[in-house]
Amino acid sequence: WLSLSREEKLAARKKRRKEREALGDEAPPKAIPKTIENQRVYDETTVDPNDEEVAFDEATDEFAPYFNRQTVPKILITTSDRPRGRTVRFCEQLSTVIPNSHVYYRRGLALKRIIPQCIARDFTDLIVINEDRKIPNGLVLSHLPDGPTAHFRMSSVRLRKEIKVRLPAKLKKSGKPTEHVPEVILNNFTTRLGHSVGRMFASLFPHDPQFIGRQVATFHNQRDYIFFRFHRYIFKSEKKVGIQELGPRFTLKLRSLQKGTFDSKFGEYEWIHKRREMDTSRRKFHL
Amino acid sequence: RTKTQNFCRNEYNLTGLCNRSSCPLANSQYVTVREEKGRCYLYMKTIERAAFPRRLWERVLLSKNYEKALEEIDENLIYWPRFIRHKCKQRFTKITQYLIRIRKLTLKRQRKLVPLRRKIERREKRREEKALIAAQLDNAIEKELLERLKQDTYGDIYNFPIHAFDKALQQQDAESESESDAEKEEDDDEDTDKREFVEADDSDLSDFEDMDKLETSSEEEQEEEEEVEKKASRSKSKGKTPLKGPARRKRPYIEIEYEEETEPATKTKAA
Repeated sequence: WLSLSREEKLAARKKRRKEREALGDEAPPKAIPKTIENQRVYDETTVDPNDEEVAFDEATDEFAPYFNRQTVPKILITTSDRPRGRTVRFCEQLSTVIPNSHVYYRRGLALKRIIPQCIARDFTDLIVINEDRKIPNGLVLSHLPDGPTAHFRMSSVRLRKEIKVRLPAKLKKSGKPTEHVPEVILNNFTTRLGHSVGRMFASLFPHDPQFIGRQVATFHNQRDYIFFRFHRYIFKSEKKVGIQELGPRFTLKLRSLQKGTFDSKFGEYEWIHKRREMDTSRRKFHL
Repeated sequence: RTKTQNFCRNEYNLTGLCNRSSCPLANSQYVTVREEKGRCYLYMKTIERAAFPRRLWERVLLSKNYEKALEEIDENLIYWPRFIRHKCKQRFTKITQYLIRIRKLTLKRQRKLVPLRRKIERREKRREEKALIAAQLDNAIEKELLERLKQDTYGDIYNFPIHAFDKALQQQDAESESESDAEKEEDDDEDTDKREFVEADDSDLSDFEDMDKLETSSEEEQEEEEEVEKKASRSKSKGKTPLKGPARRKRPYIEIEYEEETEPATKTKAA
């Protein structure tokens, strides 16, 4: 198929279309193109929406208090040592996106020591943005009172300025988020692992979004890459909605998930990305 | 290599420079201070042992105490020239200082370097790009938002013209059509009030400037269209005025004009 030249392909396509029209109703149904998502190897841990066990688990896991609205999230964002300008700006923008979040700089403090302090001051989540060669490249998200810790690799970080707004020049640059609580969209988190990661993300945002603000934060999982976007939407009609991107954007790839809080030596890992075993098939995804 | 001096690569060199006078190979009498595994030793070379390479360098362990070690250097090099003794002590001082620094640093957190693999990096990058294309994020987000609108998560903030409402309903159930017809008449009065409200209000809203144009055009149409096909209260808010202020986005308008306006906007957003 690939070896056919362009003209041959076009000709073949035209012929097929003509045949289809000629046959009318008897034409065979259109062939569905194969995509990676179609061909995905079935993962046995895929969550069925009606699965009782999963529902029970979720009712009793570490996020239950959040989902029952007993706790209000309070986030601490910090970086690795000596953050460079880009990372600092990214942290600031992230803190505008996530309500009730505070940025603190880390001057050489060990993570193991700041965690008890955070718990004492009532923080629910800790985000550490790791930096390498002046760009942020890693994210550690830790749910504090003894919650799971997820370690991600972060790539293609775009700050607010860099999100190009291809509207004519007279319109303003990409806008700023307001103080309203945004909604959260979690797309495509199918497996058990994906579910727990999704809940982690959801627990960063307060549970009651303010629809007045019309802002939405999206975590979209596609082939094990989680894309984060932050938009402002507006319903132009019943069937049409316009979105304007504001706020930073980045992609995450899950590297490991630990049961307890951050502890590299003694932690109990629930999932680690093992390259040898997990990257062998192009159609197998874990989130 | 500086402009005037070479550096000597020999490990037994005292000063570090490559001169005739400070080369351990060139001088048959030589002394150095070297450290091994955190302990400092004084190494001495004399003429008498020049014939025995194995016994050439005599090694003396220096005490861990800084002052005591300096005294030991002095007593061992008692008949050696002052310059060499001085240099030895200087070297010893420098060595102890860097040993202290090493010990301090190991207590602090250290960066662990994890080597990246180029092939894997490239692979990951490419996969990410493809995933991004496959994801069609804008479409997905829009779809999700519309879904939520349909499922009424937003309550009655949004009102939409009954045309579109009917179209949407025809796919679902036929009953509500008659309901909305009945409501139409009710809403006549309310809408005249609200009409004024809307006109005054919408002008100072809007994030997008092209929305401004839209509003003016829609206002014109409002005046033109006498039909009250505005209030499509999905949540059946009978008589309840929806939220005021920036939440209100009533957009009654004719489809055709609207599309022209926003095509550039949607195109650029999707691009």
